[in-house]
Amino acid sequence: MKKIKRFLFLPLLILLAFTLTACGQHASSNVYQKVKESKTIVWGVRADTRLFGLTNIKTGHIEGFEIDLAKALTKQMLGKDAKTDFVTTTANTRIPLLKNGNVDAVLATMTITPERAKQVTFSKPYFPAGSSLLVPNNSKIKNVKDLEGKTVLAVKGTTAVDDVHKYAPKARILQYDDYGQAMSALKANQGVALTTDNGLLAGIAQENPGYKLVGGVYSNAPYGIAVNKGQKQMADHIDQALNELQKNGTYDRLIKKWFAGIPGFSLKGVLK
Amino acid sequence: MWQIITNNWGSFLTGFWNTILSSIIALVFSLILGVIFALLEVAPSKFGQVIAKIYIAIFRNIPLLVIVMIFYLIVPRYIVKLSGFQAGTIGLTLYTSAFIAETVRAGINSIGTGQMEGARSNGMTYVQAMRYVILPQAMKIVIPPLGNQFVNLVKNSSVLAFVAGFDLMYQAQLIAFSTFQTIDTYIIVGLFYLILTLPLSYYMRHLEKKLVN
Repeated sequence: MKKIKRFLFLPLLILLAFTLTACGQHASSNVYQKVKESKTIVWGVRADTRLFGLTNIKTGHIEGFEIDLAKALTKQMLGKDAKTDFVTTTANTRIPLLKNGNVDAVLATMTITPERAKQVTFSKPYFPAGSSLLVPNNSKIKNVKDLEGKTVLAVKGTTAVDDVHKYAPKARILQYDDYGQAMSALKANQGVALTTDNGLLAGIAQENPGYKLVGGVYSNAPYGIAVNKGQKQMADHIDQALNELQKNGTYDRLIKKWFAGIPGFSLKGVLK
Repeated sequence: MWQIITNNWGSFLTGFWNTILSSIIALVFSLILGVIFALLEVAPSKFGQVIAKIYIAIFRNIPLLVIVMIFYLIVPRYIVKLSGFQAGTIGLTLYTSAFIAETVRAGINSIGTGQMEGARSNGMTYVQAMRYVILPQAMKIVIPPLGNQFVNLVKNSSVLAFVAGFDLMYQAQLIAFSTFQTIDTYIIVGLFYLILTLPLSYYMRHLEKKLVN
């Protein structure tokens, strides 16, 4: 098995090097003209985020809200016979892949921030993400202000401390290495609530019966679709398609399909 | 690098203090527990031997992180609520005590059986012989390996970082994540650990020399 892997690995690496250099040449040209001619949009998506983009182990396909949205946007922009390609990205690779031209647009739980806006051009927000709270079903916590003087659980490297302290300056915050550990700590009553992005919490809530989201979103960090810096035409067409999807009800249908069953997840601010 | 220290001085100090506190508590209790289980292991009672063997087998052969996670995530659900600091310190104590028990047992076994026989034939009870003849000699022998255990204990206290125990390593991770100065932060933390472990090493060496002469 090890030998086979090594056998496959080298040609794959060479292939990757070739595709990377080949794609690099496209980066400066007009992406919208390119996708219009080829009738294909290559989307950078997540494959590890429940509800947004997660590889289904049985079928091998990536499934989620962002995948469905990408398909709908492609059809809206380029017509019914247009094709979608998906490239898996992570938080670290999505901007380099976009810069290299390996993907035409990134639709991968990416919060619109001023620092990122220097590197890429964002569409209008497509999902009102933001910090929220996950609590046990019998919890008395109603919103972030109830956390005053209580212990809250979060993950290292997030902005949770600043966000929570804005509303509950005396809350004590314990931080863990990953969401699995933080969720285990919540189950062991080490804190009264787990805080992070509402989208991620919705995924955790779906997997852990007995827990619900409360209090809506208390700090805004909406997700946007990113295209390479300067690809204004592509961004404009994505915005336009998104507007049309929101008008004709497709967007609401997709939101309901993925988020309607999550306990405590408020669809109020999300549906158009 | 200097800026990281001055900007996060409070965090480093809290972490340093918690690491010291956890290490001292674990050091004292693991030494007591370790000696008790070593004595049980060499005691003539079969029951005591079995108990000590099971205890040592469990806590010596499970990774420290797993022991701590059990006390942090499972014990609070069914028995008693433990904070990260408490769970981490308890785990550290039990884990280290198993190693100390084996070290001390080796020291006791290295004292010839003639010593025990001589003490008993002079009218001492088993406990008296252990207390006044065997243990004092055994402890002298095991000081160098005990020093190793103590230094390991201080370093192992970084396991508190995984259960939000507010120790040095926990603070370091938070600082590294917020400043993105990972390398500098960990170098500083390494120096903080040296401040603890170097004097400990020298003290153990000093103790060794003093007791031999």
